[in-house]
Amino acid sequence: MKAEQQYIDLFSQHEDLVCRKSVPAMNAVRAAALADFERLGFPSLKSEDYHYTDVEKAFAPDYGLNLQRLEIPVNPYDVFRCDVPNLSTSLYFVVNDTFYDKALPKAHLPEGVYAGGMQEFARQYPDVLARYYGKLAKTADNGIVALNTMLAQDGFVLYVPKGTVVERPIQLVNIFRSDIDMMANRRTLVIVEPDAEAKMLVCDHSIDDVKFLATQVIEIYAEANARFDYYDLEESSVSTTRFSSLYVRQAANSQVVVNGITLTNGLTRNNYYVSLEGEGAGLSLCGMSVLDKEQQLDTFTLVNHLAPRCTCNELFKNVLNDHAVGAFSGRIYVQEGADKTEAYQTNSNLCATREARMYSKPQLEIYADDVKCSHGMTTGQLDENALFYMQSRGIPREEARMLLSVAFTSDVIEHVRMEALKDRLHKLVEKRFRGELAKCAECRICK
Amino acid sequence: MLEIKNLHASINGKEILKGINLTVRDGEVHAIMGPNGSGKSTLSSVLVGNPAFSVTEGEVVFNGKDLLAMSPEDRSREGLFLSFQYPVEIPGVSMVNFMRAAVNEHRKYKGLPAVSATDFLKLMREKRAIVELDNKLASRSVNEGFSGGEKKRNEIFQMAMFEPKLSILDETDSGLDIDALRIVANGVNKLKTPETSTIVITHYQRLLDYIKPDIVHVLYKGRIVKTAGPELALELEEKGYDWIKKEMGE
Repeated sequence: MKAEQQYIDLFSQHEDLVCRKSVPAMNAVRAAALADFERLGFPSLKSEDYHYTDVEKAFAPDYGLNLQRLEIPVNPYDVFRCDVPNLSTSLYFVVNDTFYDKALPKAHLPEGVYAGGMQEFARQYPDVLARYYGKLAKTADNGIVALNTMLAQDGFVLYVPKGTVVERPIQLVNIFRSDIDMMANRRTLVIVEPDAEAKMLVCDHSIDDVKFLATQVIEIYAEANARFDYYDLEESSVSTTRFSSLYVRQAANSQVVVNGITLTNGLTRNNYYVSLEGEGAGLSLCGMSVLDKEQQLDTFTLVNHLAPRCTCNELFKNVLNDHAVGAFSGRIYVQEGADKTEAYQTNSNLCATREARMYSKPQLEIYADDVKCSHGMTTGQLDENALFYMQSRGIPREEARMLLSVAFTSDVIEHVRMEALKDRLHKLVEKRFRGELAKCAECRICK
Repeated sequence: MLEIKNLHASINGKEILKGINLTVRDGEVHAIMGPNGSGKSTLSSVLVGNPAFSVTEGEVVFNGKDLLAMSPEDRSREGLFLSFQYPVEIPGVSMVNFMRAAVNEHRKYKGLPAVSATDFLKLMREKRAIVELDNKLASRSVNEGFSGGEKKRNEIFQMAMFEPKLSILDETDSGLDIDALRIVANGVNKLKTPETSTIVITHYQRLLDYIKPDIVHVLYKGRIVKTAGPELALELEEKGYDWIKKEMGE
């Protein structure tokens, strides 16, 4: 049986249940999502964009789904030990794919700002939800997004009304907690209205040794002059697989930062789709990873310049050890009329072992005049001269390797616009290189 | 301090050093001169353990220990220091972090606890003054964007931080203007004690006006072909290397 069929059957048999435990705006797009999923299926290894990730294999096993929305016996405040503490964030949890609505933090949110679960948002702002939900993440284009849209029942919403500045960063912690192999279909919706501003940090954790499979769809709308930062820190487990699709639509003069950091995972596919639709919009799209053992990270970016004078800076770096496999595919389109575009893309990778593999493919398509664009890709090893220089000063080779590796990734972290988080990330990455972060693989936080 | 016996070394199968014999005693300053390609830099590389070179024969005893059996990092911790001819740029690693890591490794080797942040910065400040190294350089990435002179000064600054027993200055004078040369040489002289020794590798007499050698050697085709007092350097400056080649029967 093809991997798709079990999901189609599951949905067909439980459609009532799925809808009953969800909200109208999410239910409204399910039928179309099912049709798209039936038509598209999972992207095959033969398709150009999924050449290095075997999607079907990831979805073939039998995972449990919590369609009943049964309460998971867990108190996230007990099990979650944050690796980036003291950040003074407004903290929220999603357990598997359910928003944790008990013991919410004291609200530090300005008037009119909503941060929380999909259910409550649907009650308070049904029109806003209907206007934005599923509009960017088109199910007709991607089978995994269609599957997510078909099955997702809950999610996290951040809504910042016009002219409002949310000073305190929003922190969303995704926790995987289950005694059996578990699948989660996560949704995040971010709406930052004109002249509004917010920052969001998302942390992924898996606290059990079972197999986890996540699909997640994140839709970010940055309206005119909006400023929004999205930091994604992935520290799951070697038995966690994640298919993430993040969509951004930017109106005129909006400024968006997206920075994805993978320190621990099993297999991750990160899709980033950004539409620069309004004149003067600016995007900083970064990512870095430290991959070892059998970790895999496949990054796909598509930035579409549709209006004049938009800027896009892409910087992705990966450090691969052992048998790790990385892929980067970066596409930038500069459409007709998008004059004065500035678009830069860099992908640099370190392969520390012979067995580590990195596949990189930069692509740039320009249909406008008077643009500044560049792309560059390098894959190599640490500089032997630098290693020897450090050794000759008494630094052991392994320590020298660590210092150089940390240095290699440090400029990605420098793009973080939260000072406290930046400091924490520098230390965290160093700990990761020192092997002091192995908790997700070896010791479990929940014990 | 250092005893080199019949040292042979090669790179990519090509023999560069063909039987070096050299003894450096405590407190001595030796100058090694010689024409291009004679093996001067190879000798310094081999002594600090550069893996690009392989030692095919001979032995080196450093303060009673078998130097060639040690890792490059242990050679440093035992008190050997090379001022690189071409100091390496290390983007993303700040001088402060680099030096703190190195100093603490030296301390660990001696069984001392890691230096406190305040003490370390004080030490940096003190040693920086010796070569008049700008504070700004100390907070930048190692050698990145440094001028040629700044890089050499940075080498001597590191030497001051480690207080090595034996320092090898590999063409430390190349790329230096007169003022920088004086600063660097003064730095080296300030660090000199009766217990420490120095090997100065240079093409020219110029540096030796400031750092006075006790003994001058001429290295030619992988061997030390002449050893004499400081007057030898002056003679070489005046006559060039041709007469040595003639003496060698070429």
